[in-house]
Amino acid sequence: MDYAASRSAQTKFYLLAGLGALVSAIGVGAALYMEHHGHAVTGMNNQVVWGLPHVFAIFLVVAASGVLNVASIGSVFGKTVYKTRGMLAGLLCFAMLAAGLVVILLDLGRADRIMVAATHVNLTSVFGWNMILYPGMFGIVVVYLWTLMEKRMYPFSKPAGFAAFIWRLLLTTGTGSIFGFLVARQAYQSAVIAPMFIIMSFAWGMAVFMIVQKAMYLWNGMSLHPQIRARLKNLLAVFVGAVFYFVAVYHLTNAYFAKQVEFERFILLDGGIFPLLFWGGWLFVGTILPLILIFAPGLANKAGSVTLASLLVIVGAFCQLYVFIIGGEVFPLDIFPGMTASSSFFDGRIDQYSPSLPEFLLGMGGIGIAFTMVVVGVRVLKFLPEDNIAKLEAAGALAD
Amino acid sequence: MNAPDNKRRALLAAAGAGAVAIAPGIHLIQASLADEAGTKLASSKVRWGMLIDTTKCTSDCKECVSACNAENGIVEEVADPRQRSQWIRKIDLVEKRTGRQHSLPMMCQHCANPPCVDVCPTGASFKRADGIVLVDRHICIGCRYCMMACPYKARSFVHEPLTTQNPEMPRGIGCVEACTFCVQRIDRGQKPACQEACPQGAIVFGDLNDDNSDIAKRLKEVASTQVRAELKLDTGVRYQGI
Repeated sequence: MDYAASRSAQTKFYLLAGLGALVSAIGVGAALYMEHHGHAVTGMNNQVVWGLPHVFAIFLVVAASGVLNVASIGSVFGKTVYKTRGMLAGLLCFAMLAAGLVVILLDLGRADRIMVAATHVNLTSVFGWNMILYPGMFGIVVVYLWTLMEKRMYPFSKPAGFAAFIWRLLLTTGTGSIFGFLVARQAYQSAVIAPMFIIMSFAWGMAVFMIVQKAMYLWNGMSLHPQIRARLKNLLAVFVGAVFYFVAVYHLTNAYFAKQVEFERFILLDGGIFPLLFWGGWLFVGTILPLILIFAPGLANKAGSVTLASLLVIVGAFCQLYVFIIGGEVFPLDIFPGMTASSSFFDGRIDQYSPSLPEFLLGMGGIGIAFTMVVVGVRVLKFLPEDNIAKLEAAGALAD
Repeated sequence: MNAPDNKRRALLAAAGAGAVAIAPGIHLIQASLADEAGTKLASSKVRWGMLIDTTKCTSDCKECVSACNAENGIVEEVADPRQRSQWIRKIDLVEKRTGRQHSLPMMCQHCANPPCVDVCPTGASFKRADGIVLVDRHICIGCRYCMMACPYKARSFVHEPLTTQNPEMPRGIGCVEACTFCVQRIDRGQKPACQEACPQGAIVFGDLNDDNSDIAKRLKEVASTQVRAELKLDTGVRYQGI
C-alpha cells in the first residue's frame, strides 16, 4: 500500500470512528436527559413499560448471539469457508452484545445502581440468569478470539468455539424467556418464544455479518467469491424461512385458543400500526422480498442483491420486535374475562405509545457503540475474512 | 401457607442455577425481619388479607383512593395520566352479556406466589413473612420487569423526581412501587387506610390464618373470588359479589 492510499484509509477510519463516537455520545446524552428528568420525558408509561430502547437493545443482543453462528459453523462443524470468518463474527458478537447491554442499562430507572444489579442476583428471575449469561458470553468470546488469533492457542479453538456455541444458545434462550415466562400478558407466556428467538438470532446475525463483510470488502477493494456468496446467502435464506415458520406457529396456536383470539385480531388485523408492521414490515419487506432477492433468477447472482436482502432482513427484524414488544404491551390485560373494564389507570383500553426522541437517540446510541467498536476493531487487528480460493478449490471446499 | 411457594421457587431455581438459589430468598426474608427491628416483627404465623364486598362499592365513590394517596404521600401531578402512580384504583366493570355492572378497588393482590418477586433480578421485590409483597427501594434498579409480570397491573413506576414524600413511606424517581397494605400502619397495629376510609364498610382486613378473625369468618360464610384464580397465585385480596 503506498503512502497516499494509506493516508486515505487513515482519514476514512477517523471519519467513520468519529461518526460512530458522535452517535454514541448523542445516545449517552439522551440517556442522561432521561435520567435527569425521569421517564416522564419518554413515551413509556405504566402500561407500556418497555419501549423503543428495548426494541434496539433486544435486536442488538439477539443479533450478537446469532452472528456467532458463522464462527460456530467454522470451528464446531469444521467448514473452512466459515473458519476464516470466525474472528469477524466474534468481534461483531462482542460489540453488539456490549451495545445492547449499554442501552438496557441506560434505560433503567436507576442506572446508577448498576453495582446493585451486579451484586444482588435473584436466581428465580430470568433477568437474574442473564446477569450470569451475558458476562459469561463476553468471557467466552474473548477466549475464543484469543484461540483464533494466537498461534499457540489454535488447538483450543474447537473447544472454545463449542463453548461459545452452547453458551449463545443458552443466552438467547434467556433473552426469549424474559417474555416466554410472563403469564400476565396475552402476548407472551409461550414456550415457543425461546426457540423462536434463537432462530431469529441466526437470521439477524447472519444479515448483520453479510453487511459488515460487504462494507469491509468495499473498503479494501476486494470482492466475495461468487460461490462463497452463494453459500452464505442460501444459509441466510434458510434462517429467514425458519423464522417465518416459528412466527407462524406462534400466531396459529394463539389464534386457536379462544382466550387469545382478541389479541391476535388486534395484532394481525385491526391494531393500526401493528398489523401494518407485521404484514408490510416483517412479512413483506423482511421475509418475502429478501427471499426473492436471494432466489429469483436474474437477481440471485448479483452481489448487491444479497446485501439488500440482508438490509431488508434487519428492517423486518425491527418491525417484528416492535410488534412483539410494543404491540404485546399496549394490548390491555384481561383481568376480568367476560367483562369490559374501565378505570383512571386505563384498564381495558388499548394504550397509545409514541416513542419520544430521547428514546430513539438512546437506541441509535447503541448502534453507534457497536459500530464504533467494530470500526476500531477491524482497524487495529486483523479481522478481514480473506479466502484462499486456490486452496479451497483444491480441497473441494467450495463445491460441497 | 408458605409451603407451595418454597417448592415452586426451588423448582424454578433448580432450572436456572441449582439449589444455591434458595439462599438469597432466605436472606431476603431475614433482612426484612431485621428492618422491622424496633417495631413489631412480621411473623409468618400471620397472613394479612382483605375481603372486598363489591356489592357495597359504588362507582362514584373514591374514598379508598383518596385515603391511600393521603396516607402514602402520592400527591404529584405528572402531566401524562398514564405515567401517574396509582397504588389503588377503582375499576368499573360491565358484564358483556348481561350488562350487569360492578365497581371495585384494585391494588396489589399480595399473592402467596407473586410473579413480581419471581422475576425481580435483584430481589428488590420481596414477600414479607406475613405475606405482604413489597419493593425494597434501596435495591430496585427500575427495570420494570415486575410490571411486565404483574397480572393485575398493580404496580407503578415513578416517572418524575419527587419532593413531597411522606417520611414514613419512602418513594423515589426510577423505582417501582405498589400498595403495601399500609405496612407502616400494620406495624403499629392499625389497619390499611383504604379499609378505614371506606364509607360503606365494604373492606374487611385481617389475618387469614386466624380462624377467629373477622375476615376468616366472613370467608367461611360467603362466596369469594380470587381475581385471575386460574394463575394459582393464592391472592391475599379476595372479592365478594363478582
